[in-house]
Amino acid sequence: MDKKYTIALSGLNAIDSPGPGVAVARGLKEAKSFNARLIGLIYESLEPGVYMPDLFDKIYQIPYPSAGIDVLKARLEYINEKENLDLIIPNFDAELFSFMKLESTFKQMGISTFLPTIEQFEERHKINLPEFGEKYGINVPGSKAIFNASELNQLVSEFEFPMVIKGKFYDAYIAHSMDQAHVFFHKINTTWGLPIVVQKFVQGDEYNVTGLGDGKGNTIAAVPMRKQYITDKGKAWGGISIDNKELIKLTEHFISQTKWRGGFELELMKDKGGKFHLIEINPRMPAWIYLAVGVGQNIPEALTKLAMGENVIPFDKYDVGKMFVRYAYDMIVNLSDYQTISTTGEL
Amino acid sequence: MLINKNIAISDNGFLFNPSTGESYNLNTTGTELLKLIKEGKSLKEITTIFLEIYETSDIIIEKDYQDFVKILDQYNLTEEAES
Repeated sequence: MDKKYTIALSGLNAIDSPGPGVAVARGLKEAKSFNARLIGLIYESLEPGVYMPDLFDKIYQIPYPSAGIDVLKARLEYINEKENLDLIIPNFDAELFSFMKLESTFKQMGISTFLPTIEQFEERHKINLPEFGEKYGINVPGSKAIFNASELNQLVSEFEFPMVIKGKFYDAYIAHSMDQAHVFFHKINTTWGLPIVVQKFVQGDEYNVTGLGDGKGNTIAAVPMRKQYITDKGKAWGGISIDNKELIKLTEHFISQTKWRGGFELELMKDKGGKFHLIEINPRMPAWIYLAVGVGQNIPEALTKLAMGENVIPFDKYDVGKMFVRYAYDMIVNLSDYQTISTTGEL
Repeated sequence: MLINKNIAISDNGFLFNPSTGESYNLNTTGTELLKLIKEGKSLKEITTIFLEIYETSDIIIEKDYQDFVKILDQYNLTEEAES
């Protein structure tokens, strides 16, 4: 392999509610068409990916999105001066907007990205999901974004209990009573702010699809998975690749209609009647993306090639019945490493 | 009675439905019965085979067969259930 790309990526928090960064990094390291030199972008010095030198050549702390785009830009200019980046893959929902805004700036700096457009990002947002479903003919459960807890009372007649209380970026709780709904509203508001999304609860099994759109309406990759083991935070701790034509068709419909650019995850519920309800669209690769790599669709590699302007042949198969099982693992870390990243923001 | 053609069943009775990701464990009799159904054997043929292997009666075999098929239907493992 002659090609070598220096790729910066975030989401290195491989914790109980994991970011996708470490899984994306594994996919990139296993790429067959290029060698990847990986630069980890972190927010907290205890993100586990910081201490994985086999995956990441260098780590840089970056400012939280709340610090503003200018601060982020300055930091990335500094990192680019040192590392000469080819590509940035942001893996957090909450940071995506800043990176999308900086897309043209990155281009001038010689850095590629492969992100959804701001319009795509906004219209699939949880708060806009009902309109999204109507526009593209996709079955979504009823939901409403609210800014005041008193609005919960009005929604009871519409949605009934249980109902799902969701944060605009992360977190979701199932409320079985008005008291619970109020508690969850305030809990999520404290962490993620307003609005809060109230969604009709769909009883059934959870299915997810991860995929990659080329921005022209073509499906480059699509792997459906059934969650087998779900943590108390609703995260898949185990899952299995499945052969479900309906999910593939739905994914292709989503990509062709929206002309989605980049990686994504569709979260779906299958009700007792066998009907799928799209409950969320995540505008980036999921934490379980390594399953896609393991079944034959290296989505991080394909995304990199698209970003670098290379020709990518769409995947047309994957292994069915392969599982992922996540595990916790204690790394032994030298205090000097923690000290360096904590004080200098680099490691 | 047609079992979904995609259903995979191992020799030790592990059944996997690739379209839903669901899996089930069958006991020895269930494994044998499902394999015979998958091969397209009729209830009459299955009864003959089972009477040779087990000390039982054709009435019990038919009742167990019907119960088993009902469960397969419930779990969407038959062609009829899926269509």
